[in-house]
Amino acid sequence: MPYIPHTEAERDAMLKTVGVASLDDLFVDIAQDLRPKSFLASAGLPEQEVRTLCEELAARNTRVLSFLGAGFYDHYIPAAVDALAGQSAFVTAYTPYQAECSQGTLQAIYEFQTAIARLTELDCANASLYDGGTALFEACTMCVRSAKKRTKIVLDEGINPIWRRMLATYARNLPVDFVLVPLKNGVSDKEALKAAIDDETAGVAVQNPNFFGVVDDYSDVFAAARDKKALSVISVNPVLLSVLKTPGAMGADIAVGEGQPLGQPLDFGGPYLGLMACKKALVRQMPGRLVGRTHDTEGRTGYVLTLQAREQHIRRSKATSNICSNQNLCALRALVYLSLMGPQGLRDVAENSIANAHLAAREIVNGIEGASLLNDAPFGNEVAIRLPVPADVLVQRCLVRHKCVPGYPAGRDFEGMENVLIVACTEKNTEGQVGILLDAIRDVIAWIGQDELCQARG
Amino acid sequence: MSNPADLKYSKSHEWVRVEGDEATVGITAFAQDSLGDITYVEAPAVDDTVSAEGECGSIESVKAASDLVSPVSGTVVAVNEALESAPEVINKDPYGEGWIFRVKVSELSGDLMDAAAYDAFCEQEGH
Amino acid sequence: METIYSKSVPGRRTTGLAPDPVKEGAAAFLPEGCLRKGLPGLPECSELDVVRHFTQLASKNFSVDGNFYPLGSCTMKYDPKINEVAAGLTGFTSLHPMLAQLANGQGCQGAMHVLYTLERSLCAITGMEAFTLQPMAGANGEFTGVAIIAAYHKSLGRDRRIMLIPDAAHGTNPASAAMAGFTVVELPSKDGMIDPEAIRAAIEKYGDSIAGLMMTCPNTLGLMEVHVKEIVELLHGIDALVYYDGANMNAILGKMRVGDAGFDVVHLNLHKTFATPHGGGGPGAGPVGVCERLIPFLPSPRITRKADGSYEFLTDAPQSIGKIGPFYGSFGVLLRAMAYIWRLGGEGLERVAEYAVLNANYMRVKLKDVLDIPYDRLCMHEFVASAPHGLRALDLAKGLLERGFHAPTIYFPLLVHECLMPEPTETESKQTLDAFCDALADIVAKGREHPEELAAAPHGLPVTRMDETEAARGMHLTEDM
Repeated sequence: MPYIPHTEAERDAMLKTVGVASLDDLFVDIAQDLRPKSFLASAGLPEQEVRTLCEELAARNTRVLSFLGAGFYDHYIPAAVDALAGQSAFVTAYTPYQAECSQGTLQAIYEFQTAIARLTELDCANASLYDGGTALFEACTMCVRSAKKRTKIVLDEGINPIWRRMLATYARNLPVDFVLVPLKNGVSDKEALKAAIDDETAGVAVQNPNFFGVVDDYSDVFAAARDKKALSVISVNPVLLSVLKTPGAMGADIAVGEGQPLGQPLDFGGPYLGLMACKKALVRQMPGRLVGRTHDTEGRTGYVLTLQAREQHIRRSKATSNICSNQNLCALRALVYLSLMGPQGLRDVAENSIANAHLAAREIVNGIEGASLLNDAPFGNEVAIRLPVPADVLVQRCLVRHKCVPGYPAGRDFEGMENVLIVACTEKNTEGQVGILLDAIRDVIAWIGQDELCQARG
Repeated sequence: MSNPADLKYSKSHEWVRVEGDEATVGITAFAQDSLGDITYVEAPAVDDTVSAEGECGSIESVKAASDLVSPVSGTVVAVNEALESAPEVINKDPYGEGWIFRVKVSELSGDLMDAAAYDAFCEQEGH
Repeated sequence: METIYSKSVPGRRTTGLAPDPVKEGAAAFLPEGCLRKGLPGLPECSELDVVRHFTQLASKNFSVDGNFYPLGSCTMKYDPKINEVAAGLTGFTSLHPMLAQLANGQGCQGAMHVLYTLERSLCAITGMEAFTLQPMAGANGEFTGVAIIAAYHKSLGRDRRIMLIPDAAHGTNPASAAMAGFTVVELPSKDGMIDPEAIRAAIEKYGDSIAGLMMTCPNTLGLMEVHVKEIVELLHGIDALVYYDGANMNAILGKMRVGDAGFDVVHLNLHKTFATPHGGGGPGAGPVGVCERLIPFLPSPRITRKADGSYEFLTDAPQSIGKIGPFYGSFGVLLRAMAYIWRLGGEGLERVAEYAVLNANYMRVKLKDVLDIPYDRLCMHEFVASAPHGLRALDLAKGLLERGFHAPTIYFPLLVHECLMPEPTETESKQTLDAFCDALADIVAKGREHPEELAAAPHGLPVTRMDETEAARGMHLTEDM
């Protein structure tokens, strides 16, 4: 029996202590007619076989050259991140309810909160939420709670479509009304955003860079929100925050984001890391765990979970959220990553990613006949390019023929964008990779051309 | 525990002092004692309308939270701003410096107790 | 211990983790108005500074790997190392989740096999018809489940707003129900159980405004609900749905399948029952299983196996509640749980329940003369006790820390006076349980003699008791620049 240490003699002695004859007698409270007629049929495997099986399955996934981003980016993760965050004293601990034996976790959360507050230039941050989408949802409910009777949230269409779909799911049965302000050719329509903010508006939410990679300054939109006593929410990429104007500088009240770029592997969709920071006045509306600094009975500095009266175990149905955990290990990874990179290292990652994206954009536009930038707006590490062929077909063919994913086809989420490809770069996608990408796109466009020619000839 | 004789008390442990058409509201010694160290008071704002037996704010301590229920209907005319930076005043002086808000009264809750009745009520609740 | 920020030295860094600075920085590409002024205030440290800092921090934690950790309702069992090896394989970790959608699952078949097999395994274990792996934690699974209940009633044109929840439920239950728009009606317990009479009374009062009931079973007192069949029948009588909170699933693996018992929706905590690490508070995973008639409402996408044995994601589900997570769940956590299920198999899982319940009952009997045990009868995987002789549960907890044991859950459920709730799990040996019981007996004895000493515990740990009032009033949530 793997992981059960009892010897037969011990089992029998313990049964005797309890006063029952057999293990099954411990389950007398489960009526016989509720006992299962079938159960998991498979037999257990030795560890070696489990390892082999997992290795074989891992090998069945294709390693690709990727320019796929769309909110989730393949940055390099230093070896020390795995080594430090993988320490079993972090991995196999639980929620730091008992502060005296959890200072490691507690201090790490405090340092994480500090890092996120400093990155966003807002007053405080929580211990993390599940992911960027739930963080955005929680920010919207913070706006509605703060505004008391207002329920309208103005949403910029540049917010990741995945997260917009999550918002719709989570808010379906709540008094939150989303008003979507369409992009203009991939760029936020800031005049329309401002016009949409009225006396019914609880908050406005935007994303920077937006789904098309476009970088903007939303200060005037946030000022318009302030005029109407509405709150401002901005979803950010934490790596790019080392170079982009911060939520604090733009006058945002709440910043959220997907923390995956900070030292988390892509890992086929998670676990990821929801970031949230806000102004001090909103801290009691903020969901999730918070760690505060204090002192012990001997006057030493230490850390505890604090402001718990906001949370479900005390407020129950009136809590700020139902969340009762944080993505603690992911937050720890992010903190270790940020500590290793430091301010300059993080900026180097961001600037290299941005430079690579501009290189890729230039090469594709110059090297592919009929390709052009979707718009002339400034962009960060991701860029939208209009191609002479459907982007979806291009992506599928590139994958099959070249094991290369050239980007994300925008037509999957945006009407009239069938030929638009969103190309993402990290510091890993250097000149050599861009060259391979260009060859792959060229080859597939030629192939599509021939294929169409064949079809035209019947 | 000595609950002042000149006040009225609610079952949700608020006290109210009526003077003319105005009433001052706070929470009782029993309430602050069961909550423990109070860390935050969310009071209604001036000009808010409150209604008798309606929730109008909350009181937080380290380990608990409790709704603040207004014992009167009316319009809020003053809020004890000192509580913002020093909520512990409620623990120290619940019936004096620890008052929470003042209302221009339109109607009192019908379900208020005098001090003797409230003493008995606490006796029952507490043990 | 000093923070990483106070160890920062201006200008110090580890080069070579990021590429060299580029010739054309962001300023070459972006207008000045879009740029950050100055660098963020992150630590400036060498790699060794960082390594030493986080190694020292780790030494300030208790953990399952280092200490007995009988935290009730959290199922702190041993997390096998093979699961970590599986989850660390580059073939999984480097996989972009969108790849699977772009080319119909091409290039991701290994990962999709894991998802599909886990879903089918959870169906076999629980007797449910289908699972979604999307929810990213237990509470997130609860929300998913109650949102499905809401969607089910809405699809039938009903306006059912009330969710029944027993008074002893975890706080997440009412909070999740509220997030899905329900009004919570609390059911009073009787003798530590849900009282079918209370349900009858609620049905009498609210009739068909009742959408469902959320229950934990075994319940939060560690007792098996003995009226399960009657409860399910009562609710099904008005076509209300019954939600099973899987927090305590470890106790009934192979002994009862919630699907067979008539539950309509269930969430499981993979970080509890299926041995994925708790990570100091997450990440977890909270898959949700449903009965057949609720399948159309599951989150999208769903995974399916085609005739040729390959896998694909289906997104065409008009009645789906939508998207709970960005993709298919916390894959890294799901993979660990799958490895655990492969390792144990059906028989191994049934042994888990047996020994988890044996260990809990053994402790309960051994502690009979030490603590007050309010429900003196067979328990399941955990039990509740009260601190005896006027002692406080908090002080006993701190006394245990001082002796190298993590404390049980304290002050939950609220209806038990000075409550302690130990859950030993199946992976602990008799020797460990004996040592824990002996320590607790010693603490109680010494505490009666010298209560002031117990009130000052723990000593010998990185800190003594913390001033929580100062933390809440001072709100120092970040380090000053």
